[in-house]
Amino acid sequence: MRKWILSGGLCAALAVPAIAAEKAPAPNLKDPYPSTYKAPAAPVTAITGAALFTGAGAYYPSATIVMADGKILAVGPDVTPPAGAQIIDGRGKVVTPGIIDVHSHLGDYAVPSVNANDDGNEATNPNTAQVWAEHSVWPQDPAFVRALAGGVTVMQILPGSANLFGGRSVTIKNVWSRTVQGMKFPGAPYGLKMACGENPKRVYGGKGSSPSTRMGNFAGYRSAWIAAQNYREEWDKYEAKKNAPLKSGGPESGKKEEENKPPKRDLQLETLAGALRGEILIHMHCYRADEMAQVIDMSKEFGYHVTAFHHAVEAYKVGDLLAKEGICASMWADWWGFKMESLDGIEENIPLVHAAGACAMIHSDDNVGNQRLNQDVARSVAAGRRMGLKISDAEAWTWLTLNPAKALGIDAKTGSLVNGKMADVVVWDRDPFSVYARAEKVYIDGALAYDLHDPKRQFRSDFELGYAPPAANQGEHAP
Amino acid sequence: MKKWTALLVLLSASALLTAARAEPVAVINGEIHTMRPAGVIKGGTVIFDNGVITAVGAGLAPPAGAKVIDAKGGIVTPGLMDSLTFLGLREVSAEQTTDDTTAAKAEFSAAFDVSYGINPDSAVIPVTRMHGITRAITAPVTSKTVFAGQAAAISLGEGSSFWVRPGIAMFVSLDGAGARIAGGARGASWVFLREVMNDVQFYRDNRKAFDKAEARATVLPRVDLEALIPVIEGRMPLVMEAYRESDIRQVIAFAGAYKLRVILLGGAEAWKVAPELARAGIPVIADPRDNLPTSFETLGASLDNVPRLQKANVKVAIATMGGALDQRYRSLRQFAGIAVANGLPYDEALAAITRVPAEIWGMSANYGALEKGKDADIVVWSGDPLEFTSMPTAVFIRGQAQDLTSRQTELRDRYRDVKNAPPTGYVPR
Repeated sequence: MRKWILSGGLCAALAVPAIAAEKAPAPNLKDPYPSTYKAPAAPVTAITGAALFTGAGAYYPSATIVMADGKILAVGPDVTPPAGAQIIDGRGKVVTPGIIDVHSHLGDYAVPSVNANDDGNEATNPNTAQVWAEHSVWPQDPAFVRALAGGVTVMQILPGSANLFGGRSVTIKNVWSRTVQGMKFPGAPYGLKMACGENPKRVYGGKGSSPSTRMGNFAGYRSAWIAAQNYREEWDKYEAKKNAPLKSGGPESGKKEEENKPPKRDLQLETLAGALRGEILIHMHCYRADEMAQVIDMSKEFGYHVTAFHHAVEAYKVGDLLAKEGICASMWADWWGFKMESLDGIEENIPLVHAAGACAMIHSDDNVGNQRLNQDVARSVAAGRRMGLKISDAEAWTWLTLNPAKALGIDAKTGSLVNGKMADVVVWDRDPFSVYARAEKVYIDGALAYDLHDPKRQFRSDFELGYAPPAANQGEHAP
Repeated sequence: MKKWTALLVLLSASALLTAARAEPVAVINGEIHTMRPAGVIKGGTVIFDNGVITAVGAGLAPPAGAKVIDAKGGIVTPGLMDSLTFLGLREVSAEQTTDDTTAAKAEFSAAFDVSYGINPDSAVIPVTRMHGITRAITAPVTSKTVFAGQAAAISLGEGSSFWVRPGIAMFVSLDGAGARIAGGARGASWVFLREVMNDVQFYRDNRKAFDKAEARATVLPRVDLEALIPVIEGRMPLVMEAYRESDIRQVIAFAGAYKLRVILLGGAEAWKVAPELARAGIPVIADPRDNLPTSFETLGASLDNVPRLQKANVKVAIATMGGALDQRYRSLRQFAGIAVANGLPYDEALAAITRVPAEIWGMSANYGALEKGKDADIVVWSGDPLEFTSMPTAVFIRGQAQDLTSRQTELRDRYRDVKNAPPTGYVPR
């Protein structure tokens, strides 16, 4: 075995340099780990006569949706399928956009949860803005296909919450791929994971280092932002000089160009500066209302915008503030009481935030919860109505699709069923807000990625081969 | 200390109160799910008095002087039961000072008895009760040995309708986690367990020698052996946690060899040995959502598990598995609904959170069905109890109408209108 590895290594060593010497690519700094995802070829498909939630607040009791070339070609009650389209009889079914889970750890906390798969928290320093979640994501996590069975077509995979700055997130499409690049959502902006409250101070305070208190947390954020401001200025100066029009001729202009050396690249500050520039979206784990208000002040101190507070168990206490600042809240339906900062969780959190006019979203943070996010929203909206809030099911669907798409900066491409967007579509066997509902068909970019009744359309991860029985995750198909 | 004394007084005083107050109640016009061969009675009436059901039937006339509750056609079920929680033991999971589920530094394990730590004033109880859950098993967590200790059954009732039944079952971990506690491998946990069983028999038969310190050494201290006597005599069920098929086969063999009342906890791969479990009469406590290979002992986890077990005539209790879910016990009815979505017949799902727990935990005499003689643990629903749109409109525990508010509804009401709440000089209700 050892011998084989050695000889294999030798071959590579011989072969590679010869090619590399001739075809060394130019450094790719802008997008060094680019998406290679391509929508698969799929027939023109029309789902006819189904009830349909657009995900943008509208509902049709009976509508037809046409998918072609990966996009939504037409949707509405009066649409006629084009000639030659594959027709799916949607009568009695309910069609929705694919669910977007704005907070996931699939792949970076993959199952089986053995030590080797524990790749979510680089808990070695309170600031690890330099790490990128995509370098931890294992595409063979068996949880991906189970999320797909729950209608999840897009997810943001984040680093964990041990650190003040956890690192970059990655947004992926929920497709089987050999590589993470093959799952990456084309053109999605990066996110930066930050964390408030108990986790960072527990992890580092427990090691006898800073932060050990909430005030230590804030000192840590602010010091890092100051460094990031300086780094950004250095680069801005360099870029300004580089792009300044050359003075005509003479030895002086040449000399000046030589002096304008790029600043030393720093991975950590590069991400933080990107966040200050608004190119990287800030997703901040924050439970308590008072902490959210403090973070908002800090964002003004340094001139950046918080895209979303995650977990946001107390968002209902500051719904007006979130609405005013244009910050989304990413919430559970019923998680509470597992630590002090989650003690005030209530079932009406999401509907109250929505009613306050803020951008409300469901999220899972969990490889079981993400299989039934539709049920979590069903529970939330029902609780909201019981307290007298007037929220329709159609509005509540925005918590599952359009609002998360907005928070991920991909709402121009997906998140609702309108012409020209990605054909990420779920066909449910009944009202998806029923506990008995199951996703029957899930389309990603117009291609059938999952079919409840066809085991061939339920991909299995490499890990499961020879370990788990075929389709063990599904009802009715196991041997 | 003071508080504890007060509690004892309260409990005994309230016991008197129950006996003293008597007003018959009739829930009329309900769709009564009796959980018995009588099945579903439409337009039915349930009459109870002194905390006990006195009559169930179609169109029964309320007795004279009875308080009448109109169910308005709504479904009426027994109160629901969650077969694995930490209710009353754990207030905030991450705060050890609020957690009485485990005693890592105690000198004993099997003797550990959660009942002393149960706090009826836990805010988690009303939050859970609002969703129609009226009783629960509240369980210990393993620390020193594979024995976690003795669980209790509790009611979720307020005041005089709260009760505790200590020593309802002994919990032991025979999964991978148990193996690590036992020394690092399954070969250690099972040898340990078998030796303990032999020790308990030896101890029971040689108590005098023990007290004179003339007996051989045992692997566990006397207090643990004492606690395990009801287990070897079949008076107390042994709840054995195991997930992998091979571990479950060991459980079946062990239960047979020692002739114990065994309940399987977890059982992710139980569907692979469903006929054997049925033959051995071993019931299973399961989470019907389990479908992930979270470890190498749950590779066969499947949404088919619970429906297949039921089909093979294995008794299945659906539980929220408290630990994994923290305080989300109110999801119990959703879990039952998920089992239905994956093939469990509706009536069986309802049974898995009422009648089956009653049978498994030895409570059938007074709980698990709506029929004469049972405790009046009754929930009137606004719709299908397993659906999100439904909530209890009335909950009775031992006949006492329960408050359906909680700390969470108080928070909700305070922040209903954030711009005006809480007003300056806010005075709590």
